[in-house]
Amino acid sequence: METISKTSRRDFLKLGLTAGGGLMLSFNWSDSVGAIINTSHEALAANVDFNSYLSISPDDVITIFSPNPELGQNIKTSFPMVVAEELDADWKKVKVVQAALDVKKYDRQLTGGSGAVPHSWERLRKAGATARQMLIEAAAKKWNVAASTLTTTNGFVVHANGNKLSYGSLAADAAALTVPADVKLKNPKDFKLIGTAVANVDNKEMVTGKPLYGLDFYREGMLHAMIQRPPAFGTKIKSVDATAAKALPGIVDVVTFKNNVAIVGKSTWEIMKARKVLKVEYENAGNVESTTDHDKLFKDLLNKPEATVRRKDGDVETAFKNAATVIKREYQCPFLSHAPMEPMNFFAHVKADGVELIGPTQTPDRARMATAQLLGMAPEKITVELTRLGGGFGRRLQADYVVEAAELSKLINAPVKVTWSREDDMMGGSYRPAVRYRFEAALDSKGTLIGYKLRGVGINAGNSTREDNFPSGAVENLLIESIDHQSPITTGAWRAPITNFLAFAEQAFLDEVALAAKKDPVQFRLELLDKAKQSPTGEIKYDIDRTKAVINLVAEKSGWGKKPNLAQGFSVYFSHRSYVAQVAEVEMVNGNPVLKKIIAASDCGIVINLSGAKQQVTGGIVDGLGHALYGQVTFKEGAAEQRNFNNYRLIRYNEVPQVEVHFVNNGIDPTGLGEPALPPTGGAVANAIFKATGKRLYNQPFTLQEEMKGVKLGQRM
Amino acid sequence: MAAYSINVNGETRKVDVASDTPLLWVLRDALGLVGTKYGCGIAQCGACTVHLNGTAVRSCSLPISAIGTSKVTTIEGLSKEGDHPVQQAWQEVDVPQCGYCQAGQIMSAAALLAKNPKPSEEQIATAMNGNICRCGTYHRIKEAVVLASSKMK
Repeated sequence: METISKTSRRDFLKLGLTAGGGLMLSFNWSDSVGAIINTSHEALAANVDFNSYLSISPDDVITIFSPNPELGQNIKTSFPMVVAEELDADWKKVKVVQAALDVKKYDRQLTGGSGAVPHSWERLRKAGATARQMLIEAAAKKWNVAASTLTTTNGFVVHANGNKLSYGSLAADAAALTVPADVKLKNPKDFKLIGTAVANVDNKEMVTGKPLYGLDFYREGMLHAMIQRPPAFGTKIKSVDATAAKALPGIVDVVTFKNNVAIVGKSTWEIMKARKVLKVEYENAGNVESTTDHDKLFKDLLNKPEATVRRKDGDVETAFKNAATVIKREYQCPFLSHAPMEPMNFFAHVKADGVELIGPTQTPDRARMATAQLLGMAPEKITVELTRLGGGFGRRLQADYVVEAAELSKLINAPVKVTWSREDDMMGGSYRPAVRYRFEAALDSKGTLIGYKLRGVGINAGNSTREDNFPSGAVENLLIESIDHQSPITTGAWRAPITNFLAFAEQAFLDEVALAAKKDPVQFRLELLDKAKQSPTGEIKYDIDRTKAVINLVAEKSGWGKKPNLAQGFSVYFSHRSYVAQVAEVEMVNGNPVLKKIIAASDCGIVINLSGAKQQVTGGIVDGLGHALYGQVTFKEGAAEQRNFNNYRLIRYNEVPQVEVHFVNNGIDPTGLGEPALPPTGGAVANAIFKATGKRLYNQPFTLQEEMKGVKLGQRM
Repeated sequence: MAAYSINVNGETRKVDVASDTPLLWVLRDALGLVGTKYGCGIAQCGACTVHLNGTAVRSCSLPISAIGTSKVTTIEGLSKEGDHPVQQAWQEVDVPQCGYCQAGQIMSAAALLAKNPKPSEEQIATAMNGNICRCGTYHRIKEAVVLASSKMK
């Protein structure tokens, strides 16, 4: 693994003025104990540093820096593809390097909210195009011809007469030129690399077991630590007896700070053993809540007269009074653990003159700032090296596990890697908040939706609604409100925050409303969208035509309504700026429903990497399905009852249906895909199960609900 | 603490660890073979899968004292050049997302194909069901196992 550190501080617009050498340092883990690191020491010293995103070596190796944390969203491959496209580079000669945190070079150096691609699209293209133009100008000077007579192809500047010069041979001259103020970007029609299927740049390292992840970081003299945190939210340490733990071999120290007891030692297993004999007593220090309390609380909050109004259009009271039919349904979702396969961990070395942080984080700058605040140290003295992340799902947006590593390193005055056990991970939050919704719809005698109400009540969920989502804008009388309960149970963003459950509830509800209105579920949505287009109510924050396009595409690809032997369930959702519609297909086999296939139509604008994009959608669907079917964390007196994969069930190989992925091809600038495919899945599946069995699902996880008793749901890939 | 001599990837390695130390932590902490991953510690997720005399086992739940003269193969030792048919197939199909579980997935697939080079869909499902992929790359895992099977001599 390589990363840059303390490289040039020139920002993008001042780049390229000097033919710099030695700007990139090869970060090398091979001095660590045992961990044998891939040390591809390449002759990078002679590289020409063009800008924050790339450098070109005299032997034509193009190094592209990928600033954002990679956790499986494939940004480390797709970002450089955009640079390489505009540069007209030979992808085979492109080397991608994960950049360390550098707030002067990069902005928004984080992974979250499916926001990286829309944020960086333009600047990545400019980075490539700027370098390309400078290479052309360098060649023009060399040949003494007009730059307009030159073109580029596959890493070469080419003259009309057939002469050509490689980028590497031009790099030094090009870097001495003034950076052009304006550069011409390609017409997307001319993209050669963007839109193709490009394999993950780390594939070889991953399939050969190279040390890429935070947990793989080892260094000579580094200590290991695990931290015993309160097992129940709302409790604090009463007493600690570490005598037995300290006496065990390999244990260096046991340190109590805040509500943590850290066992510091020489190896992971020795620490795990010492934890078993560590005696810590806890006492209550606030609300100690159980899931049964939350169930009761939700009902109270749903009936509370006042709530925070998120959106109000027209007059819902009159609409419901005049309704021919009123449909009222409630939906509940449990807490979920993020459970990335790589448990939380971070390396910290606090020294007198600075801090070194190395590990997996979605938000390196947040980790740095939080550490700076804790230690009372200037942020500039803290470096953050990014490892690959073994999943994130939002958990690694939090800085808690980074800050505690830094705090411990300071206390023991030594470099230390703090590792969480799986149990620590599941018991220590932060969780996807538990939420309950009540939806109400008013239909007139013709089946027209004249009123719509939604109240969301959640536990540390903030606004549990998305008030401007469909069908807002399509209903004259609408009221959306929420109430949040503050709890000691820590929650946080979980892949597709809020929408990961709200979409299921909303799309399952609309299915029932369509049925009550005696309309086909797809037709019902299309009519509402037409209405929103022709006579919008209030502000509309989704694109009606793009929503319709994914609906129509999925209807066409799934043969919606044309498969009498299959029960099809439909859903559509707009989140994180992308649009995804899905159809789930269930077949009854020997009296039991078998989920055979999920067909998805997505609009994320231009698809950058077809291989990565297809898997983002597929993986999002598998994730959405798995958690809808199996996922839940329940609490008893403040403590999570599910603590490992034996009772926190994740979807497995033989539990996934076939998935078919389609994209709308509209040439619009790309938006993210890390999250948007997940929200629609629960609704499509629940609606298909209803069609097949007549059983409506209102709560997750589906498999543990009363409605599914005696129903054996099968899946087939 | 006790001295153990175990055969890992064809080499004899000496370690001095407690007899109940799981092979996983011997590989990672003592031998620096970090391709074998910690995911759950209770043999539920398969991230720590290695071969013991060619059979896929969960190294997180296998104490060093039980290894004896058995041959341990880790992802680092599956092939010299990283070109085992399963490793090739994994790259060709572009399987990994975050990649953390993939070494374990590959070890499970390689053990299956070594014993049964032409497995049925059912047999693949049985062999791969013990390995969790949190990113949901199961479809590609299936495709890659089928592709690797076609590459097996």
